[in-house]
Amino acid sequence: MTLLAVNDLSVEFVTPGGRLRAVDGVSFELAEGEVLGLVGESGSGKTVACRSMLRLLPSERARIAGGEVLFEGRDLLHESEAQLRRLRGSRLAMIFQNPSTHLDPLMTVGRQVAEPLIYHEGLSSRDARLRAIELLRQVGIPDPAHNIDAYPHQFSGGMRQRAMIAGAIACRPQLLSADEPTTALDVTVQAQILRLLLELRDDSGLAIILVSHDLGVIASTCDRVAVMYAGRIMEQATKAELLRHPRHPYTAGLIASRPGDGARGQELRSIEGQLPALSALPAGCRFHPRCPHAEAVCRTGDLRPLAIDPTHTTACIRWREATAAA
Amino acid sequence: MHRFAFVLHRPLQLLPVLVGISIVTFVLVHAIPGDPVRLLLGARGTAETAAAIRAQYGLDQPVVVQYGYFIKNLLRGELGRSIIYKAPVLAVVVGRIVPTLFLLAYAVILSVLLAVALGSVAAARRGRLPDQAVRLFSTVGLGLPNFWLGIIFIMVLSLGLGWFPTSGYGNGFGQHLHHLFLPALTVAASMAPVLTRNLRASLIAESTADYVSAARAKGLPRHVIFFHHIFRNSLIPTVNLLGVNVGWLIGGTVVVENVFSIPGLGGLLVSSIFARDYLVVQSVTLILAIGVVLTNFLVDIATVALDPRIEP
Amino acid sequence: MTAAVLALHQRLGSPPRLAYAGAGLSLFWLLVALTAPWLAPFDPIEQNLAATLLPPGGAHLLGTDNFGRDILARIIWGTRLDLQMGVFGVLFPLIIGTMIGAIAGYFGGIVDMLLMRLLDVTVSFPFLVLIIAIVATLGPGLASFYIALALVGWVSYARLVRSRFLVLKSADFVLAAHSLGFSHSRIVLHHILPNAIMPALVFSMSDAVIDVVLGASLSYLGLGIQPPTAEWGLMIAEGQNFIATAWWMTVFPGLAIVLLATGFSLLADGVAEHFGLRD
Repeated sequence: MTLLAVNDLSVEFVTPGGRLRAVDGVSFELAEGEVLGLVGESGSGKTVACRSMLRLLPSERARIAGGEVLFEGRDLLHESEAQLRRLRGSRLAMIFQNPSTHLDPLMTVGRQVAEPLIYHEGLSSRDARLRAIELLRQVGIPDPAHNIDAYPHQFSGGMRQRAMIAGAIACRPQLLSADEPTTALDVTVQAQILRLLLELRDDSGLAIILVSHDLGVIASTCDRVAVMYAGRIMEQATKAELLRHPRHPYTAGLIASRPGDGARGQELRSIEGQLPALSALPAGCRFHPRCPHAEAVCRTGDLRPLAIDPTHTTACIRWREATAAA
Repeated sequence: MHRFAFVLHRPLQLLPVLVGISIVTFVLVHAIPGDPVRLLLGARGTAETAAAIRAQYGLDQPVVVQYGYFIKNLLRGELGRSIIYKAPVLAVVVGRIVPTLFLLAYAVILSVLLAVALGSVAAARRGRLPDQAVRLFSTVGLGLPNFWLGIIFIMVLSLGLGWFPTSGYGNGFGQHLHHLFLPALTVAASMAPVLTRNLRASLIAESTADYVSAARAKGLPRHVIFFHHIFRNSLIPTVNLLGVNVGWLIGGTVVVENVFSIPGLGGLLVSSIFARDYLVVQSVTLILAIGVVLTNFLVDIATVALDPRIEP
Repeated sequence: MTAAVLALHQRLGSPPRLAYAGAGLSLFWLLVALTAPWLAPFDPIEQNLAATLLPPGGAHLLGTDNFGRDILARIIWGTRLDLQMGVFGVLFPLIIGTMIGAIAGYFGGIVDMLLMRLLDVTVSFPFLVLIIAIVATLGPGLASFYIALALVGWVSYARLVRSRFLVLKSADFVLAAHSLGFSHSRIVLHHILPNAIMPALVFSMSDAVIDVVLGASLSYLGLGIQPPTAEWGLMIAEGQNFIATAWWMTVFPGLAIVLLATGFSLLADGVAEHFGLRD
């Protein structure tokens, strides 16, 4: 059953030089218990898109320019701020890239885990504390009865991220959006955190949006993947389909530039050029200046995603030729 | 409690400073031109008392030995005799400490309240009219002579509207609160601008911190995000600033006590200068300096209490 | 000082409008001080017992005091003293503090340690209390005020200059100067100091505000300028006995202090902001 449907979401930044579209007509769906990966280079708009769903815009200059975010049929973009506040942290939760700065340094970890329980479920401090101990145990923090009174600086990076997850799942949300949750962590800790997220999905049917620049993280975790580039979704498919049969040259480039995935002995490739600035987006397909298969047709027109089959869309109009060439 | 252990080492580090303070206060009286016996004894005085003074302070000995006598007397709590009050200086000074402490605490509370109110409004309405007004207040406030402001308060609020007494200290806690309101407000008016400016800047900086985004993502009510997170984090630099400026606050109370005729150390200091009661001047200076040192010590403890990140 | 400030401005480009207002206000007071003998409508000292406690208006624009002296004339003449207290009050601490900070920062080691202990002791005293105690020792008056300020006020400058020296003494251009065999005094004066003194100069402008208020406070307490000289703090003290009947004796000199101090403050803010030394 569809839990979340994002339709044609656009977000703009109002700058002295004009409006910049950081997210342009992004659409995707998410079912209960599903893990969707949102992958792209930094600056591709994936974080902005992810935050905008909860109307938690990253700056005062950002505004939602259009679209809808249907959560259980309600459009979050048209809810009142008070309604939205009630949903945040209880039905829709979020965790962030850098757990060190996203935890308040002056408040004990336990109190920060308990906060949503107190303000959303009306628990007393005592009851919230007992639940917080359980939550810390659930996310794998050792000796939770003792560590609940620790301050964030006394935790390691991995433990901080576990604590942030504990706070996010405290009210048993249906959706967790995780913005680069493992980027700031050591590789071994990364795997532990990703395993924890999958366990939570298996236990409680939590749906997860996992934002990452790392295709490896996405590949090891997600059911479906959406690839973002310059504010748009380039390709969307199930993980297996996308990795095996990419239908967009950008996706193919991302896969090829992954270490350890190409044929042994083959030189590691990278995509030529760099992400265009939002103030100087190319006309037509936004990837065409870097695309090895670009033709005149790619430089004009507004290119929207095409459905190849019911579970696979691509924004490349020359996907057949590109696939054949590769 | 082990986190506080390092604070308890501070008194040892403070010892050199305390010695320095004693040297400065010793030199202050020693440098006064004229016969020291006459200075310490006043105009009148018999030959025997003069001899006693000479012996007690070692006045016929070299300066270094005299300093030794000074320290010895100091440690015994013997600060000499006041030539005006005809009583031990210690007794004279001790009776004046409470009104000054009361006024200081009152002024700190008022200036923090003012800074919190103005700083919060300015930070919330950043760049708009209230912010500009607060900014102007903090610029003009710095150059507002507190003795003049006190007199204006007396003119308008005491003589004009009759809300407050014009001077004095009153009897009992309630009267102290009433009598010292205008003096405390006057002292606070010179402290609040600095605190407001600092608190406004911290509030603005903290409100864009990542943990605030996280708190919003948790759906916490706005007042909880402000008071439990942003405000608490902003308070630490402000408390430190208050500690750094305690000497400034004491200077303000010295002047304001004279404006409102409050029987505290500041009034005593100035009147003793005119009466050439130098031992009292010396003791008041010494006590106020020790007060600054003690306050800084307390602020260190408060900082540790407020900020769990400070580890030994 | 205003001239120096204006020169500074030319080097800085254009500061915000409030800073210009501050510069204008400071310049205004400088002109008042310079032209006092021509500007003042009456003699500031001479008593006129036929015209005591006259309210503002008529021949006496701001009224007269209990000796029949014109308040406006006394404020105009007082500008000379109060402006001077702001400027000279800053000058001596600036020079002494810069020297101490430079020596401590450049040589480091035991010299630095001793000078910093001296600094610790000095800042342990409440600023105003130590000033008052020194003035009490030396006897009231303007000279004592300047000496006291020099003895106490150097600490802020020493801190600022020392911290710049600590950074700059290992900068590449200083190491290069060493390798060329330049003397310590040449390196300190020609190479480090010009780069280290800006924060101290900027601070001195807001420090001047404090010194104006401080000088007036001492005179108010009877420890600074002595009667019958016209000085704003002293005028306020004289007016305090008449607040119920002659408010103008107190209000106008106080406003003069506020306007002078605000001028300095706005200027100081603008310059500090320009250097990125505040907020």
